[in-house]
Amino acid sequence: MFRVFLKWSALAAIVAASLYLILALYVQREFVFAMLFLVLTASAVAVFASKRLYAHRYIFPAIAGMGLFVIFPLMYTVGIGFTNYSASNLLSFERVQDNLLSRTYRSEAVRYNFSAYQTDQGYVLYLEGRHQALATPPIDLAGGETRAPVFPVEQEPAGEPLAIRDIIQIRDQLSALTLVTDDNRELSQASLRSFAAIHPQFTLHENGTLTDNQSGEIYFPNHEQGFYISGDGEKLAPGWTVNIGWDNYLKVVTDPSIRGPFIQIFIWTLLFALSTVIFTLALGLVLANLLQWDQIRGKGFYRTMLILPYAVPAFISILVFKGLFNQNFGEINLVLENLFGIRPDWFSDPALARTMILIVNTWLGYPYMMLLCMGLLQSIPRDLYEASAMDGAGPVSNLFNITLPLMIKPLMPLLIASFAFNFNNFVLIALLTGGAPDIIGASTPAGTTDLLVSYTYRIAFQDSGQNFGLAAAIATVIFLVVGALSLINLKLSKVKV
Amino acid sequence: MAMVQPRSTRYRVLASHLGMLAFIAIILFPLLMVISISFRSGNFASGSLLPENPSLEHWYLALGIPYTGEDGVTTQPPFPVLLWLWNSIKVAVISSILILALSTTSAYAFARMRFAGKGTMLKSMLIFQMFPPVLSLVALYALFDQIGNHVSWLGLNTHGAVIVASLGGMALHIWTIKGYFDSIDRSLEEAAIVDGATTWQAFRYILLPLSVPILVVVFILAFIMTIMEYPMASVLLVDTDKLTLAVGAQQYLYEQNYLWGDFAAAAVLSGLPITLVFLYCQKWIVGGLTAGGVKG
Repeated sequence: MFRVFLKWSALAAIVAASLYLILALYVQREFVFAMLFLVLTASAVAVFASKRLYAHRYIFPAIAGMGLFVIFPLMYTVGIGFTNYSASNLLSFERVQDNLLSRTYRSEAVRYNFSAYQTDQGYVLYLEGRHQALATPPIDLAGGETRAPVFPVEQEPAGEPLAIRDIIQIRDQLSALTLVTDDNRELSQASLRSFAAIHPQFTLHENGTLTDNQSGEIYFPNHEQGFYISGDGEKLAPGWTVNIGWDNYLKVVTDPSIRGPFIQIFIWTLLFALSTVIFTLALGLVLANLLQWDQIRGKGFYRTMLILPYAVPAFISILVFKGLFNQNFGEINLVLENLFGIRPDWFSDPALARTMILIVNTWLGYPYMMLLCMGLLQSIPRDLYEASAMDGAGPVSNLFNITLPLMIKPLMPLLIASFAFNFNNFVLIALLTGGAPDIIGASTPAGTTDLLVSYTYRIAFQDSGQNFGLAAAIATVIFLVVGALSLINLKLSKVKV
Repeated sequence: MAMVQPRSTRYRVLASHLGMLAFIAIILFPLLMVISISFRSGNFASGSLLPENPSLEHWYLALGIPYTGEDGVTTQPPFPVLLWLWNSIKVAVISSILILALSTTSAYAFARMRFAGKGTMLKSMLIFQMFPPVLSLVALYALFDQIGNHVSWLGLNTHGAVIVASLGGMALHIWTIKGYFDSIDRSLEEAAIVDGATTWQAFRYILLPLSVPILVVVFILAFIMTIMEYPMASVLLVDTDKLTLAVGAQQYLYEQNYLWGDFAAAAVLSGLPITLVFLYCQKWIVGGLTAGGVKG
């Protein structure tokens, strides 16, 4: 009885908390996120309240976790790909409007010279304008007062006004201060000696246009571009996020400063993933064959030494290579200079940088292939090799006529998985070269060693451009490639569930 | 032992040994070099593999102790390496525990129960597992930005966010544990249920104790994977004292501030424990890795 009570009250508490979150998100007009948490909460209640869905209680947390952190971000990314979401179009239309309407400017016409007087209750400000003089009651500036009324007065307050250096001492508090006159105009500090009237910068009209009160310019909201635009094409920053359909994809296809780098990077990505698989497989297979050979002693030692590159955390070994390949102080160039008198520019020459990446990735990846091959080699019947030895075959023809044909089928899904992994090997590029050397003439950050993933990452998170929409569109292309690969894989490995 | 041995076998064995030793020497060169560099003084020193006059300066700094050189100049540690290591371990332990708990329960349901959509869910988990989180970083960033506005310990720049985000990678572990559960005869649990045990009791008191080995493997795998996680942590974490090791370590090798020697000591200090854990558990880890990907 008690446990039932406990269960229901725990469920109620969780539901209450998530309803609060959903409501808060809804109020902020974050509908997508409100919807996401609504679906999550609703399914949680359904699963834990219904007896019929008992089995789903066990899988719910894991499935919900994947839904929230894998599937939702995936769909959201695809969605962003159809918008102009970027550093310049970050907010929603309502937030942009609020932002613009809350802007103010200081009037040049209505200005008051001010002086400040220190009293026991705080500071008294005395403003002297062309037509009238104003004074405040004592303001507790140190206590954080930021709003105070001002009233017309006939004469200056008694006492000595503060010297300019004392005003400098309280300038932070003064600049945060807004004075309100009795006819509800607002004044704020304009310089160290003056206060000026504040006017709202923009006025919103019924038809949705904005008028700039300072210049008189009229801005029209443009929901295709996500900007307020004036008659002569001037845009008001910030813009808001709008749906722009396939424009990001079209940009990749038509804009030469994006298409060029994109195609170059795409080809390099394929090349990189393919050659990594081939090199690591070749090396791993040969080593696995040697380790399986009965005549070799000390297998334990060799095995441990050979998988060391796999055991060292990748983020450390990649950085180690970054240091070793350094053009000026790196140990590899020291060795090369002593032996051959050359100092290759590993980081500034595209071909050499790519060679270096392949060397490092082969170093990182061959132990995995070796371990896979060792496992698969054990399932090949030994008598096949004896028969071939009788026929006088050597190790090379054994490898190509017996071992490879028998291994390729179970190995294929693993090779595709490895291809997909390297296709998206972000950590290697990010830590080793960061994509450098850069592609000349690209309008987005793009490097000759960038893979599609690191290219996407740089478009989204590097520099000031932060073009999330374009990055998401390219990410969607990668999703399609990865999705196709994993479907092929599912077919090949004949998964039974 | 093969019955037929060509006469050239002896030379081939010798050649194989020599070849493998040479290969190992090349493979180990970077690792040995780093250890050697961590004992050289200064950040630009060159020299042989065995440092001529070893100095512990980088090790002091890596351990967070200010180092005073012979010239009397005191160097402060450039980065809080131990704090980063601690952050990494904290994040990895908590998320591994969560991953283990959640993936064990769901693997149990997938292995033992019948319910609608089971096959589809298992298959789609295999597919989604191949999508790298790097690609949806923009969305993840926006997600945690939103959550953080209301739940501060899950927002951007918190370890909570990194821990929770790592839960997305559970599919592999669910498959691994499910594979193990499938290999355990279910008659024991059925007998317990006939005797009046609930499904939960059969799981908790019969299946779980039998599965301790695979649970250990999955815990270690999850631990190593979270410790090495770079892309998500690099976007979610900002403050220097919040970084994990994987994100922080690269700060040693910026072009403008190249601390090669300090990096070497920090790398050995933090990489060695992880490497040793991996080598110690390699047998189980390899089994788990290769099984999780392919086998049903």
